[in-house]
Amino acid sequence: MHYEAIVIGVSSGGMNALKYIFSTLPFGFLIPIIVVQHVSSRSDNEWINILNGVSNLTIKEADEKEKIEGGNAYIAPANYHLLIEEDRTFSLTIDERVNFARPSIDVLFESAAEAYKNKLIGIILTGSNNDGAKGIKRIKECGGLVIIQDPETAESSTMPASAIAVIQPDYILSLEKIIELLIKIDTNQSR
Amino acid sequence: MEISFLLDAIYQKYGYDFRQYSKAHIQRRIRNRMVLSRLEDISQIQTKVLNDEKFAHEFLQDLSITVTEMFRDQDFYRSLRENVIPVLKTYPFIKIWHAGCATGEEAYSMAIIMQEEGLYDRTTIYATDFNQHALNRAKEGIFSNAMMKEYTINYQLSGGKKSFSDYYTSNYDNVIMNQSLKKNIVWANHNLVTDSVFAEVHLILCRNVLIYFDNSLQNKVQKLFYESLINGGILCLGSKEGLRFTDFCEKYMELDKKQRIFKKKY
Repeated sequence: MHYEAIVIGVSSGGMNALKYIFSTLPFGFLIPIIVVQHVSSRSDNEWINILNGVSNLTIKEADEKEKIEGGNAYIAPANYHLLIEEDRTFSLTIDERVNFARPSIDVLFESAAEAYKNKLIGIILTGSNNDGAKGIKRIKECGGLVIIQDPETAESSTMPASAIAVIQPDYILSLEKIIELLIKIDTNQSR
Repeated sequence: MEISFLLDAIYQKYGYDFRQYSKAHIQRRIRNRMVLSRLEDISQIQTKVLNDEKFAHEFLQDLSITVTEMFRDQDFYRSLRENVIPVLKTYPFIKIWHAGCATGEEAYSMAIIMQEEGLYDRTTIYATDFNQHALNRAKEGIFSNAMMKEYTINYQLSGGKKSFSDYYTSNYDNVIMNQSLKKNIVWANHNLVTDSVFAEVHLILCRNVLIYFDNSLQNKVQKLFYESLINGGILCLGSKEGLRFTDFCEKYMELDKKQRIFKKKY
């Protein structure tokens, strides 16, 4: 399978997890990564710049209508839902909160599953709510690859545990192992 | 594919045109409706939309954008006070257009600012939407009391000069906005997708509406805005919206780049 995108949903504990992931992924990692991290509606995007500073990839806030490109990681802006269109561009909406969250992981994942079908990797990381469970289920139904952070190793176990409760993931792994797997997939398919 | 048939059918029968809305957004709303109404596929929605007017009305509500807040994005309103109000002050009368006002929260926010700046008596605010149901609610000016805590914080952070509770009367679960705020607001049904210029205005606010539209529809609406603004008129977009992909990028100068406030060139 040639994967075209990775979507990551993460909530409390996410800043550490994301910092670890993006400082570890190597330069030249090609599959685009799209992230919903729950943040306060009043958050500015300063933390994205900080993340970009420690990363080998280009990390930026997702712009509306922006074309999704390899080598980049995109973060959903605060107080907007982030959706993916069939033509691999972003849409933003200010629709109602979903699971008390805007951006919501379910909203990103469900639209990504429709757009990428089985060419998508969905990942749920640390978090203390159950946003993302419905979305990861849709990714699985559309044939995508599903990876859940091992709840035992997550800073907050609720979100990964909620995801495992609704589907049989392809992998349940620690962060270190998730990164190893992603690098292996990326290297194999860019050969 | 099926979605575009459904949107075609809605346009043919009811005249509402969602064909150039974000497909991912439409798809999400359709799925929600299917769950709520226990329908199994899009063709069932299509049959129901065409044969059941009540259902069609509900579905049109689903597709339209009605989420809004008072003083959403305090930095924007702060900049409005600092950069836009001084320009408006130079006019003997002021016409403002809130395009896509939904249930009216932003129009009331604007009325409050104009009152505090001593400009409201010479101001007319045209607040328009194609969703009559939302407009009717806007006209009533009744909002949930539960939201007022959030709006009060927004108001204070945006540079509000008074106590926010001065602008409404609480009645258990709801609040009603002061009559004096409604005085110069004209609520009107106008569809950005299908209707044309209706007035020449000094300021247009259209925030977080265009994100739902594709590039060519955005461009079409920007043309409408450009033709509605006086020379030197001001356009305020949502904090993630811009003119980049439109034909009008060069026709405005940036009054506040970050807050997406533009001034039409002379």
